[in-house]
Amino acid sequence: MDKQKRNTNYNIYVESKIPKTKAWPSLFKAFLVGGLICAIGQGFYDLYSYFFPNLAESELTSCMLMTIIFITCFLTGLGIYDVIGAWGGAGSVIPITGFSNSISSPAIEFKKEGIIYGICVKMFTIAGPVIVCGVVGSIICGFVGLFN
Amino acid sequence: MQTIKLKNKPYLLAGYSMVGPLEGKGPLKDYFDYILKDDTLKEKTFEKSERKLLQDIIVGAIDKAGLKITDIDFFFGGDLLNQIVSSSYTARELEIPFIGLYSACATMAESLALASIFVDNGLAENVVAGTCTHFSSAERQYRFPLELGNQRPPTAQWTITGGGASVISKTPSNIRVSAVTFGRVVDFGIGDVNNMGAAMAPAACDTIREHIKNMGRTAKDYDLILTGDLGKLGSEILIDLMEHDKIILGKNYSDCGCMIYDKTERVFMGGSGAGCSASVLNSYIFKKLSAGDFKRILLVSTGALMSTTTSQQGDTIPGIAHAVELEFAGANKTNLKVNFSKDTNNVKSKKGGK
Repeated sequence: MDKQKRNTNYNIYVESKIPKTKAWPSLFKAFLVGGLICAIGQGFYDLYSYFFPNLAESELTSCMLMTIIFITCFLTGLGIYDVIGAWGGAGSVIPITGFSNSISSPAIEFKKEGIIYGICVKMFTIAGPVIVCGVVGSIICGFVGLFN
Repeated sequence: MQTIKLKNKPYLLAGYSMVGPLEGKGPLKDYFDYILKDDTLKEKTFEKSERKLLQDIIVGAIDKAGLKITDIDFFFGGDLLNQIVSSSYTARELEIPFIGLYSACATMAESLALASIFVDNGLAENVVAGTCTHFSSAERQYRFPLELGNQRPPTAQWTITGGGASVISKTPSNIRVSAVTFGRVVDFGIGDVNNMGAAMAPAACDTIREHIKNMGRTAKDYDLILTGDLGKLGSEILIDLMEHDKIILGKNYSDCGCMIYDKTERVFMGGSGAGCSASVLNSYIFKKLSAGDFKRILLVSTGALMSTTTSQQGDTIPGIAHAVELEFAGANKTNLKVNFSKDTNNVKSKKGGK
């Protein structure tokens, strides 16, 4: 039996042995955590609109985002957010809190290599692709919008 | 032939193991020589913690053997960090002539095998072989920042914090090294870095089969065949692969990665890392062998020889496994137990003094 065939068969065999992640419990946890984060965000939004009725809608959104980004960074520093993430999965990754965690966690981790080579260089190792894709996506959308 | 039978059967004079707090809660907690309360070891970075850990382990093993650092001719060792820095920096502090090795998680068996060959051929009197890993420094190098809120797939394994060292010597003790087998690099085309067990199982299968064949034995001749860190899935795969080669691994088969953690811990498929087989060998196995509970065991440390760069470039994971056969040499060679408990206390008191 040649090696390629052997490897293909082995990969098929291994695939059949791998325990599968159960979809429904994962979805439920993600829904719960994601929903809770959004509810907290909405809570802050309502709170700010109650106390500062003069603020515009976009300003209220910014204030709310700043608050939950700060809370996430704080929880990351305390070593709590990774526990939430391990339990909640995509529920904690998709909201802006996941983005905040992906920037603050390497910043904490690589602080030991110094401010320039550690924090500045490594800060966007995980969030970098999101930013690049976001920018490139915006450019494409901009062009499409321009000619329509 | 890839199996080397050792004519003089050098002795395993002492084994010393040290593990982190999580491993110290596991089923083998009573066998480890020292359990850390603080896994930073009061160092500023985890890389520094890892080398402090290895240094303490090597010194502990030498102390336990009743020797001085100057009595040791060579230090065989390696670790998982880039350029095996933990071992090199440990060797810098200890000033023992250093032979740096790398076989990823199979480093313990590799260094033990080479150390035994050195002593067997009269090239050295006393040699120390050891390795260790640290969860946090390995995560940093191979995976994600510790505080990132990500999920691991069910096939992932948990790099242990801990390690062990053995002193191989001409001086008689209860354990002898009778044969070693250096493994071939085997790659069955697994590319998933979160499924190391499946990548390494074919290598373990190859080495065990060759060792048993070359020694003219069957699997039943061993009280224990112990793989390094295949984990739960990898062990199941190995049993299937061996069965395919008509070698039945029954109750006398176990895996260090499956033994080290409590079932309730969230460690997925079990422990991994170079320190995994090092700590289990130098705690549980050493004590069982020197008491004569096991007569003959086969340690097969398994390693995955990829790097983060090769994985990102889409290469598959080559596996390797080295085997060391250990035998009970008969009791009362030396009064080990008394000596050992006394020496262990010495090590602990020295630590307190620092």
